[in-house]
Amino acid sequence: MSPQDFDFIAQLLKQRSGLTIGPDKAYLLESRLNPVARKHGFNGLTDLIQGLRLRGDQTLTRDVVEAMTTNESFFFRDTKPFDQFKRLVLPHLLEKRAAKRSFRIWSAACSSGQEAYSLSMILKEFEAKLAGWRVEMIATDLSTEILDKAKEGVYSQFEVQRGLPVQLLVKHFAQEGDRWRIAPDIKRMVTFRTFNLLDDPAPLGQFDVVFLRNVLIYFDQPTKTKVLERVSRQMAPDGFLYLGGAETVLGISDKFQVFPGERGIYGLSAAAQPRMAATA
Amino acid sequence: MKRFLIVDDSKVVRMVARRILEGLNFETAEAENGELALEACRSQMPDAVLLDWNMPVKSGIEFLRELRGWPNGAEPKIVFCTTENDLAHIQEAIGAGADEYIMKPFDSEILESKLTQIGLL
Repeated sequence: MSPQDFDFIAQLLKQRSGLTIGPDKAYLLESRLNPVARKHGFNGLTDLIQGLRLRGDQTLTRDVVEAMTTNESFFFRDTKPFDQFKRLVLPHLLEKRAAKRSFRIWSAACSSGQEAYSLSMILKEFEAKLAGWRVEMIATDLSTEILDKAKEGVYSQFEVQRGLPVQLLVKHFAQEGDRWRIAPDIKRMVTFRTFNLLDDPAPLGQFDVVFLRNVLIYFDQPTKTKVLERVSRQMAPDGFLYLGGAETVLGISDKFQVFPGERGIYGLSAAAQPRMAATA
Repeated sequence: MKRFLIVDDSKVVRMVARRILEGLNFETAEAENGELALEACRSQMPDAVLLDWNMPVKSGIEFLRELRGWPNGAEPKIVFCTTENDLAHIQEAIGAGADEYIMKPFDSEILESKLTQIGLL
């Protein structure tokens, strides 16, 4: 691939998804975009890029962006964030939202839905305490293709063995040959929507908990700062933000602060919301 | 160092499992059927057992039922690792006292994930 072609694709990805790729990732372009080239009838990557330059074809552009975004996800990923959700976040919400009896969760960059469904399984455990409550969970991703998979809620044997305790597999899934379908009551708790994190999340409304895990790592620093700033505006003053294990707000955004002793969870800082002091 | 007993009639599976587990800092021992596994547990109770289902002499589920009946038989964590991949077998294993269940084929990532869930890692 010529440097010009690489730069063209890198720029396209940056604009459309925020994904930053360096020349060391040229091999990824080859392996992921060759199938897209074949699908659209191009004779290899060079022709595909030529097609992108000339045609401005939205379907082709979308397929290229979706093929390059990483869609790895698994149930109860890293375990600890979900323990924290049970031990710290849910009790807080049960107490602080007792008057209005509702809260909202956003699983951002949800990929094939495992994070959102893991949270649903935890909420199901709290069913008795949450009786009469309105709990809304929105799960979003840039890729319509991966959201179709998430909505279907059917996973391979390999996928249900990554992170999902066997007791929960037996409880919440039905076996269909060598695939496993999530139970309708768990599925109903999640609403999946297409959303690009580069866009303004204001139409999604305000959230009490935001899971934004393992996605900022793909963005450059100004994009990280911008995304975090926008997310901060959508959070309840005492809301919780989850980032991935390799991610932080330190040096990137002053809108959030670490919860003491709780790695990976952040609350709004005084810089983000003066109103936080009133509810802390 | 925690001790893992690998019970499988396939030498190849035992070798693959041993390599993964030793890479995760477990001490390992091996048995090729349920009867030999019980003998191994009698002489030294392991911290965990990776257990195949179908084996000659004594099956994995027979081993598990007998072990859990011992006074100290509740101690080790039991992780089934088998080609019996249907819901009925999984439910039977849980009912008999298995802590986790791995459906073959498996890889190091799945094994590591299961061991983390049951607190061995």
